[in-house]
Amino acid sequence: MFRSARAPSMSPRTASARAIAETGAGQHGVASATACAYLDLECTVYMGEVDTERQALNVARMRMLGAEVVSVTSGSRTLKDAINEALRDWVASVDHTSYLFGTAAGPHPFPSMVRDLTRGIGDEARAQCLELTGSLPDAAVACVGGGSNAIGLFTAFVEDADVRLLGVEAGGNGVETGRHAAPITQGDVGVLHGARSYLLQDEDGQTQESHSISAGLDYPGVGPEHSYLAETGRAQYVPATDAEAMSAFDLLCKTEGIIPAIESAHALAGAVGLAKELGPDATILVNLSGRGDKDVHTAAEYFGLLDGPVVLEGGGDAGPRPADVQRAVEE
Amino acid sequence: MSAIDELFARTRAEGRAALVGYLPAGFPDQETSIAALTAMVEAGVDLLEIGLPYSDPVMDGPAIQAAADQALAGGTRTKDVIEVVRAVASTGAPTVIMTYWNPVERYGVDRFAADLAEAGGAGLITPDLIPDEAAEWDAASRAHELDRVFLVSPSSTDARLDMTAKASSGFIYATAVMGVTGTREQTSSLAPELVARLRAVTDKPIGVGLGVSNGEQAREIAEFADAVIVGSAFVRRMLESETAAAGVESVRELAQELRRGVERS
Ligand SMILES: Cc1ncc(COP(=O)(O)O)c(C=O)c1O
Repeated sequence: MFRSARAPSMSPRTASARAIAETGAGQHGVASATACAYLDLECTVYMGEVDTERQALNVARMRMLGAEVVSVTSGSRTLKDAINEALRDWVASVDHTSYLFGTAAGPHPFPSMVRDLTRGIGDEARAQCLELTGSLPDAAVACVGGGSNAIGLFTAFVEDADVRLLGVEAGGNGVETGRHAAPITQGDVGVLHGARSYLLQDEDGQTQESHSISAGLDYPGVGPEHSYLAETGRAQYVPATDAEAMSAFDLLCKTEGIIPAIESAHALAGAVGLAKELGPDATILVNLSGRGDKDVHTAAEYFGLLDGPVVLEGGGDAGPRPADVQRAVEE
Repeated sequence: MSAIDELFARTRAEGRAALVGYLPAGFPDQETSIAALTAMVEAGVDLLEIGLPYSDPVMDGPAIQAAADQALAGGTRTKDVIEVVRAVASTGAPTVIMTYWNPVERYGVDRFAADLAEAGGAGLITPDLIPDEAAEWDAASRAHELDRVFLVSPSSTDARLDMTAKASSGFIYATAVMGVTGTREQTSSLAPELVARLRAVTDKPIGVGLGVSNGEQAREIAEFADAVIVGSAFVRRMLESETAAAGVESVRELAQELRRGVERS
């Protein structure tokens, strides 16, 4: 009913009247708020202050659905800190509250619960691929924030040794700049939020801030099963920079008429790179984990599509249109 | 017998609870944290709990988060925390470091244990390390004769209380409430029951912490616990003081008040 590519996971112990969740891009927050509205549960969603600003549309959706959205102002004010705050809530409220963990990270059993709840995506995609093409894809590609949509896709193909699995992390300004969210590519093993996995951390084990144009990928850790798949070599993980993701975003808009989430655009960027390697006959399955409605503002700013301040002159004349202004500037 | 075992033998003989005082190293700066910890012992704190400032302290409420942020912003490193232990060793009170696990793992578990022991430390309190995952720390702490203080909470099952008590040494940290650190108006009704359940499975000393902020609350907890643990209230004294010197004096006053409480006098 609420199958999101990134399904909410109910915490194991409780049958409760209240649910809490953390959210980065707000997708998981909206899914949680939807489920709570339907089931008549009280719902509190923790979201980093930076993310409440860049994903304002989803904040509004959650509130419309009756959820309380708490803007988290500690630390980097993004997903990591939203998880901290949700954990702090939960240790005080565990006897009447379920924690709907939004990604395949965090303490056991959340990573495996989330995997089992998201694998429907992979199972369906695998069946559809067989039906449409008569064979399995050559590769399956997904973006990796905490790793829920990717683990949901990969799990269906892990046993299919011939299917390459490619996870795409957020390369931010470029992994060499230090401003990114690519812990498998650039981090070391550490413990965060109750799991041992790859992590962006400094020499002393303090968590480092991540950076990405995409709120949903802006997390310095990653689900432990991805670290395992990376270490065993079953899956490969590569970064896509903000610029590469936005160029793939543009490509999908223009060629397919689909506006993808910026998170998912990272997977597309990875697929574009892989397609060059595999050639035109290859079948590449990409998990389009979300739509881009929530990102229209960010994308419009990025591509410079927003009208400048419009000067109204006299009787309702809307003044020069942006294209004219642009031309004038160029002249 | 470890220094902590000796302490509890003494406080039990004196018919009182021990007073455990917490402050993060490097808060508000390295020098002041040493002065404040020293003042605590002078005023009657029996065991020092030195916080290792961490970027993601999920067991802590706003006061300790703010203190940790300040210490990290001031450049406090893991090695500086060990230096604070060394600096307060001369007070004679045993010291433990309260730390989240990743900084220890990053430093190297055995190396951390060796350096802590060498600086005169007595052990670690590990809020996000459960005994199930602590094999490396168990070995390192035994090799360097350090104590292992694990936490239990009112939601812990009897089986987990038993397992955690067996894995702990020095004392066991019982959280008085379900929640994060922070001062609270009232002491918890959950703490006496938790301590009673623990007593059924262990005779190791039990420290009760979370939410204790004044002498009256300390006295209530001293009725049934072997140690009263106070953290956020000290941190708030420091945060609310205009100058470092005033902060140290305010910390000293609170320690005196709490000491009267744990003496049940
Ligand atoms: C559309 C979309 N895709 C992907 C992600 C990344 O999360 P995960 O790695 O858990 O799939 C998010 C997170 O908010 C998202 O909104």
